[in-house]
Amino acid sequence: MTTTEKELKALMVASQEGDAASHRALLERLSRHLRAYYKRRLGHIGRGAAEAEDLLQEALLAIHIQRHTYDPTEPFTPWVHAIARYKLIDFLRRNRTSVADVPIDEANEVTANDDHLSVESSFDLRRLLKRLPEKMGCAIEAVKIEGLSIAEAARHCRISESSVKVNIHRGLKALATMIAQRTQT
Amino acid sequence: MRTDELITALSMNVEPVNRRLVDRNVGLALAFGAVVAIGITFIVLGVRTDLATPRAVIFLFLKLAFATGTVGAAAVYLARLARPAGERRVSPGLAALPFVAILLLAGISLGQAPSSHWDKMVMGDDWLECLISIPVIAVVPFAVVIWAVRKAAPTNLVRAGAFSGLVAGGVSAIGYALHCTDDSLPFVALWYGGTIVLCTLAGAILGPRLLRW
Repeated sequence: MTTTEKELKALMVASQEGDAASHRALLERLSRHLRAYYKRRLGHIGRGAAEAEDLLQEALLAIHIQRHTYDPTEPFTPWVHAIARYKLIDFLRRNRTSVADVPIDEANEVTANDDHLSVESSFDLRRLLKRLPEKMGCAIEAVKIEGLSIAEAARHCRISESSVKVNIHRGLKALATMIAQRTQT
Repeated sequence: MRTDELITALSMNVEPVNRRLVDRNVGLALAFGAVVAIGITFIVLGVRTDLATPRAVIFLFLKLAFATGTVGAAAVYLARLARPAGERRVSPGLAALPFVAILLLAGISLGQAPSSHWDKMVMGDDWLECLISIPVIAVVPFAVVIWAVRKAAPTNLVRAGAFSGLVAGGVSAIGYALHCTDDSLPFVALWYGGTIVLCTLAGAILGPRLLRW
């Protein structure tokens, strides 16, 4: 097992248990790996850094939303790689590029390189949030952007605390779908 | 949007997650599908009436063993396939084991019978009913299993779809076995095995459309 795998896995397990700092550290590290991965993959077919950033954000959202599907008895790198590659193939399919053009890659390639050079993606988070149903938008804005606690968000959005949690989860999923549709160029 | 803004947003108030959710949803779908399949058999087709004879009981038991064996192995793999990279831990060979077993038993049973009986042993009294019933009963179990897999994140949609179809076909066969009075091993191998394979193929074809996330 490589040190990268070990460290990332430890962060993932902690983030599954609800440790926000680990979750943040995990997403930051993965974003650098995934940026390098997507830039290289899209570079092969003549696409640019902005599209790589779009895809990276799609993948980060998916990793966040689906983090309950990671089984800690399994290695972590293949899990990330499967999501990253799934999102890549999905992107290429939406853009009518032949999937046959995607070279087969190994799971560890997803964490092989780092890339810090971020560019803006084409999504405007606040504008996307306005297109969500009111409760979802309100819950995400309050908790994920303003940083209110679940209890405060419940009062602010006038819904119950469990409903705040459900609306955040559904809202992020809806957001991921909207972002996926927008990357159709 | 900058990626660090997204990360900040996603890292705010991180909730602990339930790692058993995928297994639980697949299990729930399976239980619900089984209730529906058995319910349809009871209400629409009716349970076989000759269960007082030992031969009927033995064959009912055999059919149920084949169908539950199929469902059991397939369900374990389906719960894996519902997760990213789950296809790494699936061996289709093991899922095919019940089929190999029933084919072997069917072969032995044919070998022991005179060839004049073969036609009756293979075709039974009502192969058409079996051919239609198992896929039709499988529709609702298939729908709920697909629902459960969609809630997770399968990354090999053809395989996840195929195993959804396999599970649904097996569950449907459990229900249909309660009705079916064709008691011969070659019949079970061909018509039960064959229709479950059909359900599997249908699942493999529908998977990429139904399971996208």
